[in-house]
Amino acid sequence: MLVNFTPPSASEYIRVLPEILLTVGGTILMIAEGLAGERHRRGLAPMALAFLLLALGGAVVAGMDPGPAFNNMLTVDGYATFFRLLVLIVGILSVLISGSYLTRENADSADYYALILFSLCGQSILASANELIMVFIGLEISSIATYVLAGFLRNDKRNNEAAIKYFLLGSFATAFLLYGVGWIYGVTGTTNLQEIHRFLTSSESVYSPLLVSACAAMMFVGFAFKVSAAPFQGWAPDVYQGAPAPVSAFMTAAPKAAAFAVFLRVYSIAFSGLTERWQPILWVSAMATMVIGNFAALRQDNIKRMLAYSSVAHAGYVMVAVVAHSEAGVAAAMFYLASYAFMNLGAFAIVTHYVGKGERYVGIDDMAGYARQQPLIAALFTWFLLSLIGVPLTGGFFGKFYVFKSAIDSNLIWLTVLGLLNSAVAAYYYLRIIVVMYFHEPTNETGAAGPVPAGVRLALIGSAIGVFVLGVMPSAVLEFANRSAMLSR
Amino acid sequence: MLDTIFFYVFALLTIGGAIATITRRSAMHSALSLIVSLLGVAGLYLLQKAEFLFAVQIVLYIGGIMVLFLFVIMLVNLDQAAKERQFNRQWLLGLVASVLVGAQMVWMLNSAGVLSLPAAVPAPAATGPGNIEALADLLFREYLLPFEVASLLLLVAIVGSVMMAKKTS
Amino acid sequence: MNVDLISILGNFYVLTLIKLGLVAGVLLTALAYLQWIERKVIAHIQLRVGPTRVGPHGLLQPLADTIKLLTKEDLMPSHVNKFFYVLAPMVAVFFALSAIAVIPFGPKINVFGIETYMQLSDLNIGILFLLALSGMGVYGIALAGWSSNNKYSLIGGLRSSAQMISYELPMALAIASPLLLAGSLSLREIAESQAGFMLGFIPRWSIFQMPAPQLMAFVLFMIAGFAETNRIPFDLPEAENELVAGFHTEYSSMKFASFFMAEYANMVTICCLATLLFLGGWYPIVPSPVADYIPTLVHLAGGGMLIFHGLQPARKWDKYTMPVFGVAFLAVGLLFLVPFLQPILLPLFWFISKVGILLFLFIWVRATLPRFRYDQLMHFAWAFMFPVSVVHLFVTAFLVALLK
Repeated sequence: MLVNFTPPSASEYIRVLPEILLTVGGTILMIAEGLAGERHRRGLAPMALAFLLLALGGAVVAGMDPGPAFNNMLTVDGYATFFRLLVLIVGILSVLISGSYLTRENADSADYYALILFSLCGQSILASANELIMVFIGLEISSIATYVLAGFLRNDKRNNEAAIKYFLLGSFATAFLLYGVGWIYGVTGTTNLQEIHRFLTSSESVYSPLLVSACAAMMFVGFAFKVSAAPFQGWAPDVYQGAPAPVSAFMTAAPKAAAFAVFLRVYSIAFSGLTERWQPILWVSAMATMVIGNFAALRQDNIKRMLAYSSVAHAGYVMVAVVAHSEAGVAAAMFYLASYAFMNLGAFAIVTHYVGKGERYVGIDDMAGYARQQPLIAALFTWFLLSLIGVPLTGGFFGKFYVFKSAIDSNLIWLTVLGLLNSAVAAYYYLRIIVVMYFHEPTNETGAAGPVPAGVRLALIGSAIGVFVLGVMPSAVLEFANRSAMLSR
Repeated sequence: MLDTIFFYVFALLTIGGAIATITRRSAMHSALSLIVSLLGVAGLYLLQKAEFLFAVQIVLYIGGIMVLFLFVIMLVNLDQAAKERQFNRQWLLGLVASVLVGAQMVWMLNSAGVLSLPAAVPAPAATGPGNIEALADLLFREYLLPFEVASLLLLVAIVGSVMMAKKTS
Repeated sequence: MNVDLISILGNFYVLTLIKLGLVAGVLLTALAYLQWIERKVIAHIQLRVGPTRVGPHGLLQPLADTIKLLTKEDLMPSHVNKFFYVLAPMVAVFFALSAIAVIPFGPKINVFGIETYMQLSDLNIGILFLLALSGMGVYGIALAGWSSNNKYSLIGGLRSSAQMISYELPMALAIASPLLLAGSLSLREIAESQAGFMLGFIPRWSIFQMPAPQLMAFVLFMIAGFAETNRIPFDLPEAENELVAGFHTEYSSMKFASFFMAEYANMVTICCLATLLFLGGWYPIVPSPVADYIPTLVHLAGGGMLIFHGLQPARKWDKYTMPVFGVAFLAVGLLFLVPFLQPILLPLFWFISKVGILLFLFIWVRATLPRFRYDQLMHFAWAFMFPVSVVHLFVTAFLVALLK
């Protein structure tokens, strides 16, 4: 009946191993909760961790045998493996800090972990997607799961606001992306990235560059929204502030990294022939993202909101690497996203712990004297903040260094200058927290947070080590990034 | 000739329905206009000899999703909703923005030479194995992975909506 | 001249118009008489006699009913949403009657040298088209319930839309499994795939066909069919002891008749569909030489019985009416022996008798079973019908893939 049908080979299945493991894991988690009943909810987080570690192993195994899978729908190269590992590590750290938070809020449930796993599955697809259809489906899986996670505590008004804002605006932005995909199919007759590249660069094909630019612009709307780049960053502060703290930690790292992964892949493969058309727009966007993020963060009092704006600003730095449009730029973006993931998660882990039950409002002044009460945690917080500033010996320093180096190599002098000025501005608001923690007298309310739970402790240690390793021995990661930055066209 | 007439009829249904959907004040009327719009799209599919898509469009969107929409609209108190002050009052701004974007698109499509193409060139009738067989072939061979992964997407959506809807303990 | 006439008749549009007229006439009459049959059958099941006043055995009752419904005052309550109130019955009856367009009644026939199918149009997605129409049909009831601006109507409309959506899933899944056997979506091809006999005497109907007999799917389909047509035991949308008359409470005259017609037309469609998908369409139950004489025998037996009863009249007029019907039956029975008419009449006989038996089942159930409670109805759909039909589809797919 089925003529010339060749079923997918075993190696193709191995290349999607992390996705398979994550899907199965999420499903098992949900079933397990139903079977084990309410009393065994403490076991859910370790179970989710086990699945994530399995998936991490799966990603490594998949990365050892690179190649396309399922009719070129996915391509598992070094680049894909890098981002898969990155989002999975972010997932592990987020689950570590979620356990105690959910218990505190009395919201332990398998759905939470299942949604994290599903979201990671979508991001893992995004990391390896080689086809605009897969890009869209992956993006939707990742986004829908995060929409729900953002509103996970349904009795909390801030959660609800975050979820509905994220959902409405996110769907709208994804519609733009989908529209762009539709147009690009109309123009080129294909949705495969390499073939789009081939079509657009071939001298035989007839098409209107204007129309293709319109497609690129519409897809930019979708991607820029997901990475919170200007002018589509408006949702980010409200959502990151309103969502449960561990979810914010997750959202600012994993979906963003995956969205950047696919952003870079689409623009440097499919639209690489139209650089002179999209580069100026992205230039403006990168500049605006940095400026808006940093200057808005300056004026924040709430630490969570400040970190949210800082997340926007950091997206701006990565955008600089995207604008550079070179292999060095891709490698720099990869490195930056990795180091940002660690330092940001670390900072958010501390915030998660510090806000306490019901997520009270924590202004910067509330941190006064924290160093005396919890010297170790304060030191770690300082370490993450220094990395966010970009002080040498931290991962953040080398991230910024490589990004701006790639920008200079691509002759983006003004953007580099603006970026450096921005980093200087950013230093002010990060340093302010450190100053308050170390040099201000403690007030009555501070120090209510109590001892740090084991999960958060583990996550903190992990992130701190990550920032340290990237800051002291960047070459190992950078070499891997450099090797995998050459995206196959 | 007949094809062209039908094309314009369906296009008119689609666009008219869509405009009515966003301008009607009553949610019921909006939903019914949306049905008209979806019917127009189904007609366009039929015109392009995509019978399967035509049927699926009607069965799923009109016969399934829109019925649920109506269901919800019937259950909520509409009179109250209609009386409430609506906060999407910037219709003038919206109109200007959409006219601008529309003009931009027309200009762009025109300069790309798309508008000078003949309207609604019907696709050639499928030869050999039918339309549905060809579709199934594509879905289950070339696009096997997106097809399967789409089920994960639906699963996530279901989990999400159940989670949002279920009662808090 | 003669040749010209035939070529005119053979013209696609003319031929379609003729067929359309024939089918519409027969269908509408059948719908009217279906109601008479229903009343009669239920009456006899309940040990009553049913309509007897208008014409012999109440045979002219449908005509009287039609006149009554047409001439009754067409009330338009002041509180309704006028546009949708008028639109709703039109929608209901339009989509219910359109369904007949894709249903084949028999094979390709040859009349005066014109070859044509006994079917209005052979869509290659016929079955999907029917599902689409039934999906659209929900709107008639839902809109009627909503536009009436009456709580009973609204609840009826809501119930019906929830019910029809819920039962559409198991129905579609039950339809999908015989499709796997037939390998086509065209109703004609589905029926044709069931021609012939296994081992020389078991008909290759879907419910018997190896490798995956579809008896289970047939049962599921019929149950879902009862729900889709809002018939007892699933007639919650118009449950008179709870909702007055449900969604058509505010309707009168021809608008009410439209809903009535839509319900019966849907019933006919469901039965035709069941016949085509599961019961071998127009193919006989036994191999050919025997099968060709069965219609004659059935009619002769019927005619003989009528004449016998006419000779011993139980009521006053029986001694005239019974023999007349008996003679008519005998004549029809003899018509089946005319070789020229055989290729047309035999398939029609088999098709109509199968549909008729299923319709009788509908009526029988109505006279026998009580109504479900609403939560039971939904629970039955989602917790029983749906999983069973999914599993059945898997099993069928598995068997077909393995053994075919």
